[in-house]
Amino acid sequence: MFTRQPIAPLEYTRRWSLRAWVALTMFFLYAPLVALMVFSFNDSRRNIVWQGFTTKYYLKVLHNDTLMTALLNSLTIALFATIISLVLGAMAAVMLWRFRFPWKSAIEGTMALPIVVPEICFGVAMLIFFAQIGWPMDLPWPFSLGAITIAHVTFCFPFVTMVVRSRLASFNREQEEAAKDLGASEWQAFRDVLLPHMKPGLVAGALLAFTLSLDDFVITFFTSGPNTITFPVKVYSMVRFSVTPEVNAVSTLLILMTVILTTIALYLQNRMTENSGKGHS
Amino acid sequence: MQDWGTQKRVFAAIATAPILWLFTFFVIPLAVLWAYSFGRNVGLTEIDISGTFANYARAIEPLYIAIFGKSVAVAALTTFICLIVGFPVAIAITFAAPKWKPWLLLGIMLPFWTNLLIRTYALMTVLRGEGYANQSLGWLWNLSSNARVVLGLQPLGAWEPLHLLYNNFAVVLGLVYVHLPFMVLPLYAALDRLDRSLIEASLDLGAGHLRTLLTIVAPLAAPGIISGVVITFIPALGAYLTPDLLGGTDSQMIANVIERQFKRANDWPFGSALSFILMYATFIMIAWQASRERKLKREEA
Repeated sequence: MFTRQPIAPLEYTRRWSLRAWVALTMFFLYAPLVALMVFSFNDSRRNIVWQGFTTKYYLKVLHNDTLMTALLNSLTIALFATIISLVLGAMAAVMLWRFRFPWKSAIEGTMALPIVVPEICFGVAMLIFFAQIGWPMDLPWPFSLGAITIAHVTFCFPFVTMVVRSRLASFNREQEEAAKDLGASEWQAFRDVLLPHMKPGLVAGALLAFTLSLDDFVITFFTSGPNTITFPVKVYSMVRFSVTPEVNAVSTLLILMTVILTTIALYLQNRMTENSGKGHS
Repeated sequence: MQDWGTQKRVFAAIATAPILWLFTFFVIPLAVLWAYSFGRNVGLTEIDISGTFANYARAIEPLYIAIFGKSVAVAALTTFICLIVGFPVAIAITFAAPKWKPWLLLGIMLPFWTNLLIRTYALMTVLRGEGYANQSLGWLWNLSSNARVVLGLQPLGAWEPLHLLYNNFAVVLGLVYVHLPFMVLPLYAALDRLDRSLIEASLDLGAGHLRTLLTIVAPLAAPGIISGVVITFIPALGAYLTPDLLGGTDSQMIANVIERQFKRANDWPFGSALSFILMYATFIMIAWQASRERKLKREEA
């Protein structure tokens, strides 16, 4: 604003009006989240006026057994859903990228459907499906999470496919052919040539799948039995009727977890793309 | 690209699992849902799939037409506000200094990675009766009231908290809050590819910034605008959580009605019919986007 240099026509970002617009948008996006995090440390039940710093709501959350069980359930589901989605998604990506086969466009279109079908429709479809096949509801723990995990894999793996496939587009097929000419088997060529190239896509896809699974409420809401409570479902029942400092504390923990995960993934991805860049030159 | 026949075993090894999974846990459940939409309740848990169209007939009763209309209107308004708010932001990111660009993009994307439920809850803490919005407004109110006293005027009455939560306003605000990144990212992707010399030429030839924006930038960025609109509209139309938590009794959207059929009302066939109507609406939007994209490509060629 106070710069001496005149603003060039295309330097829109240096115009104060646009800067103010961006600043307001960012305020709109972040102020509620920041307020929520700050007030999780507020020593007041009514949670309006700042009364002093406390961490007692965090201790309360950590001693809340149902909440902790729900969190453990969610993390377990997310872990398994990510692993299965990663394998299925990568296979589908290689299949679509490498082969021409009958019904290809139909299969490709169907694979994109879980991304666009409204969550509520897929959720109720899963509810009917599991009711129809008589999926047992009283299995012992990790298996009791099976239905939710299956539902999560179904809507996560097409995202992995999408990400990995866009990464595969930049692969130079001659590298694979060279490996095979030098005596590598199909599997060796895949493991030592194609897989390293796919790695950044796999990391991005895994992070996407993990976040999507951890984030999901609607589909879980319809597939969870009476005895399996996941973290979002538990938070939903807490949020539904009241605004309490405990919910603020829980939310802050989850926000921190996502920020840390995203940072790690972005860091890994940057390092890997830099490395692979060096490898090519 | 190679034909699958040349390496049948490799193809079978990688294709079987994903296709089988997709078929078993996606195509079949949706097919069952579709079949249910032609059924009727007989008894408490038994459903007879008789091929009746009664559920669809019920879905076009005025009550449900009104809810559909309302959902479309709310989603359209949300999309429109996102476009108005998001377009300048996308322009700012496009023309930002290279050092700032990744940070601005991260700033838009980070809320997208944050749990939807938590973002909705954060809005609840802002909008509720004793929330931050009402507190700030009350503080301003008292301030102006005091200022009036200083100026020798009658003080204003006591501050009445506004009802910002549990109404349609909160639903639209919540949907905009949640879906803004969906709009900004495709807009940015389209604007970033734009040939800047065209904008410069337009400005050099005497068109103003607004005219350049409307006649040069907007048509060239049309694919991005269309995909942004579709990507925002579809999830907004099917939104369940936002109207459920932020809306009042009159802000029910179609997803809430579907949920009620499956949980409280226990009318699965009718819920299935409503779900499929929502899905058809989604598919129509996608088909519209695809046809627009084809048309734009033809015009370019």
